[in-house]
Amino acid sequence: MPDVQALVNDFVLKIKRRKIEGSQATAKHTAELLRQVVSQQRITYTNQAASLIDAVKAVGEQLIEANPVELAIGNIVRRVLHMIREENVSSAMSAVEELALGSDDDEAEHDNRMGLSAAAVAAAARSTLRAPSLQTLLEDIPDSATAPHPPSSGGDSEGKNKSAAESSSRNKKLKHDVIEAINELIQEIDTCHELISAQAVEHIHQNEVILTLGHSRTVKEFLFAANEKKRSFRVFVAEGAPRYQGHVLAKELVGKGLQTTVITDSAVFAMISRVNMVIVGAHAIMANGGVIAPVGINMVALAAQRHAVPFVVLADCMDYGQLGDSPPIRVENPAFDYVAPKLVSLFITDMGGHSPSYVYRLIADYYSAEDLVVRRKSAP
Amino acid sequence: MDPRRPNRTVSDPKVRQVGFVTPAATTPPPRSVSDALVSSSSAAAASSPPTGTSLSPVMIPPPRHGASDGLPARGTVPLAVPNSGSLLRRDNLQILVGAHDHNETEVVLGTPPMTSPSSRIHDGVSEFSDNASMSPWYGRSDPDKLASSLAGRNSELMMSKSVGAGGGSGGGHTPKSPLTTASVVKTLPGISGTSIFILNNLHLSEKQGGALGIQNDLAEAPMPLKEKTTKAERRALQEAQRAAKAAAKEAGEALIHFLEFYRGGVPANTQQAKSVKPSQKKDAPQVTAPSVSSEKKIVDRPIEKDRKKDVPPPRMQFDDKHKVEKVKRRAMVNQFEAKNRVELFRHLPQYIHGTQLPDLEAKFFQLDAVHPSVYKVGLHYLSGKISGGNARCIAMLLAFKEAINDYSTPPEKAFGRDLTTKISSYISFLIECRPLSISMGNAIKFLKHRIAKLPLAMSESDAKLSLQSDIDRFINEKIEIADKVIVRHAVAKIRDGDVLLTYGLSSVVEMILVYAHELGKDFRVVIVDSRPKLEGQVLLRRLIAKGLNCTYTHINAISYIMHEAKRVFLGAASVLSNGTVYSRVGTACVAMVAKAFNVPVLVCCEAYKFHERVQLDSICFNELGDPDVILKVPGHVASNYLEGCVDNDNLQLLNLNYDATPSDYVSMIITDYGMVSCTLMLFYGYVFPYC
Repeated sequence: MPDVQALVNDFVLKIKRRKIEGSQATAKHTAELLRQVVSQQRITYTNQAASLIDAVKAVGEQLIEANPVELAIGNIVRRVLHMIREENVSSAMSAVEELALGSDDDEAEHDNRMGLSAAAVAAAARSTLRAPSLQTLLEDIPDSATAPHPPSSGGDSEGKNKSAAESSSRNKKLKHDVIEAINELIQEIDTCHELISAQAVEHIHQNEVILTLGHSRTVKEFLFAANEKKRSFRVFVAEGAPRYQGHVLAKELVGKGLQTTVITDSAVFAMISRVNMVIVGAHAIMANGGVIAPVGINMVALAAQRHAVPFVVLADCMDYGQLGDSPPIRVENPAFDYVAPKLVSLFITDMGGHSPSYVYRLIADYYSAEDLVVRRKSAP
Repeated sequence: MDPRRPNRTVSDPKVRQVGFVTPAATTPPPRSVSDALVSSSSAAAASSPPTGTSLSPVMIPPPRHGASDGLPARGTVPLAVPNSGSLLRRDNLQILVGAHDHNETEVVLGTPPMTSPSSRIHDGVSEFSDNASMSPWYGRSDPDKLASSLAGRNSELMMSKSVGAGGGSGGGHTPKSPLTTASVVKTLPGISGTSIFILNNLHLSEKQGGALGIQNDLAEAPMPLKEKTTKAERRALQEAQRAAKAAAKEAGEALIHFLEFYRGGVPANTQQAKSVKPSQKKDAPQVTAPSVSSEKKIVDRPIEKDRKKDVPPPRMQFDDKHKVEKVKRRAMVNQFEAKNRVELFRHLPQYIHGTQLPDLEAKFFQLDAVHPSVYKVGLHYLSGKISGGNARCIAMLLAFKEAINDYSTPPEKAFGRDLTTKISSYISFLIECRPLSISMGNAIKFLKHRIAKLPLAMSESDAKLSLQSDIDRFINEKIEIADKVIVRHAVAKIRDGDVLLTYGLSSVVEMILVYAHELGKDFRVVIVDSRPKLEGQVLLRRLIAKGLNCTYTHINAISYIMHEAKRVFLGAASVLSNGTVYSRVGTACVAMVAKAFNVPVLVCCEAYKFHERVQLDSICFNELGDPDVILKVPGHVASNYLEGCVDNDNLQLLNLNYDATPSDYVSMIITDYGMVSCTLMLFYGYVFPYC
């Protein structure tokens, strides 16, 4: 598929030249590119899920290498891989169910048992994909009462026993489902900000004084949303040194009629004592609850801690998850800071507010354990 | 002695009556300032006769309470009386009483304030006798009693109380310090009163200029026996009193014995103190209330400086429109308030920079009021050519030195007083150019103190010479040698292989680094810098020229670079007495991150920059820089991000110049007196006064 390769190369170039910047834009482009990859992938008759995964991984490696610091790329790749696996399992499961229904129709009792077992298989499959979360626990209550079943391997092995025709139709369906899922992901990336900013009024009160550093689209929309709801508050914007994106944010806020004060980065400590809340955007969020954020934020977080000012991180859906719990990865490029989890009061995500200690759960919902080391494998 | 007590208590109601009666008689509520001064002083005169007439040996105590109430000059005189007079030689007492009699209001109102403080402070002798007689308990309890006795009386009295409290607020913490000595305690009660009178005098001198003498004499006029006395005469009188006191003190031993007795007598005394107070108190508010409105300048005034240590001057609050107007009218520099000021900082002056400079330059030949060398320094401050605590302080002192050299006393004026007013006017000019740094404030205190201490007999040229050499000595000892000592101390903290982090540009840190390099130590320097001044680049250039190994980074990268640092060296604009380090904005961030990374923070600060003020945040007191420099980021596209919004009311730009680093971020302060921990600052604030 030469055209796909061309697309990939083009995208890699764009990333390297920083034509595409910001986690959201990068995430969206990556997702679109992967959708292309999936749709162009030739259908093989055996084990299509595996071939899809291989293709996506191959592309993903190239992308991640293009800009290792832009964690959104890796995260999207992992999300897509995760979705392929999930679709694969669920389609396998439906196959099992069909099989069960087809073979033993007549005996009501038997049928009942098989139906149960199919449901159990589905539940078991789900549980291999995601570690138990509050949500899954609630969903699983009836199943878990019935019986723990031999896990996922059952689904796979039975799926492989299919006839060629059956499997081809299923493969087509798989590909379709995956593309569908990627579309959803893209949509999610688009609406993520709205979901976060919808919570703005819950967190910002009248006459609040908010401090932020640099420019983050999430923060901007969060503040706009509060402003639209007729909350009046003032914002201190630290300019965010090497890039001075704070000026851009200030201009946009002023344009919307918000009381904005631009301060130098060095004045953060002086001003923090009069600030009610610090709101910043994140570049990436670690499984341990730590944050990778534009340089300077760690200083703000320390100052906020000193003065007991809540330090709130707005987390895009594509932000979570540098993986592993090893805390400070020392980013070579001091364009970013690592903020320790103890300095963070709250993460506001599209799914609501979470404390730093809960982040690992969110990550488990999004990624499969097998994909965690996409890069490690690729670049030995 | 016993018979006295009943006597006093008997006098009690009488005096109290006076207290109630006089206000109606002497205080018509609305008056002009000068009016108030005159009438108040006459009121003082009127109220003083009771005490004056009762100055028989039996009634000696009252004046003493007068002293603690707030009639300072009197305090110095009669204080010795009860002690020495009662127990010791009779003739001595007579002299004192006589002097007192003659001089009653004279001493109270007419004495040039210079002498009263000096008699109190420099006469260790009289000081001592006071202390001996006054148990610390007495000294301490007195103001409280005063306050409580005042509470609930009419509002006028309340005012006087607050005035007293304000005057004593700086001293308010004095008694609590571990170092509290009898003399410290002693000064407390006197302060409120003295400052009132100084205010009075100063106010006159400032407002009426030439009319001063007349006004003062008017005030003294009620004294029937008295001719107008010249200052010299008054001074001579004071000298005599002082001498008498000295004699009294020779009997210090006896006094100490007397102390025992005196303690016993205290209850009666305090009672009386209460009763006397109202009448005197009444005077105080009348004097101060009007002058308070024009306060700011006055408070900074020369003579008070002696006592300044205990009374940090209230600063000009620029959110008070009335005062701002006043100051503006006097200002030589045309200033336009910046638009879009930050709400939190309304109390600080913020002017449009750049507008004053050409205007001032044009005025160069018109302003006779300001000495050219001072003028030049002012312009340099304004343009930012001279910056940094030490540099500004030295430039100012040198300019003053030149001004003193060219100074000649106008006819009919006293050298010391006229020179102080002159210098005060220079200072207010410099303040208009740029708010004073704390280092400058301390140097000014030193200089004014020196002027006040000049012996009267000294000829003008000698006085000038001695002042000039004092200035040289200050620059040399307090700044240059101090820096050298600090460098010696600090270098001991640098080891081979260290990575030293510094922030911005500090002259003393630069000296340390260069010296360590000269010693052949092998280390690397990380220079952290921040917008808008980017002073670190200057340091970077200088250090690189000297061959040091440097890394330069921006303050936002501080968390990143702090991993490498072994030690942090910081400069300071001032170290406050609660250990807070007041320094270039950003210093607090650096110290905070260093603390988070467990890197020791060493603050280098000359002892003359210490200040007894305390501060908890960077907002109550600070200096605002030119806000527009925030807009422009040289050589970066960011320059035009905000271009269009400058006129938008919603956009404010805040350019702070200083911030306050909490003491717990600082591991050690290196001063010319050695290396101390921040917690010792309280101690240092008292041990090393600047002059």
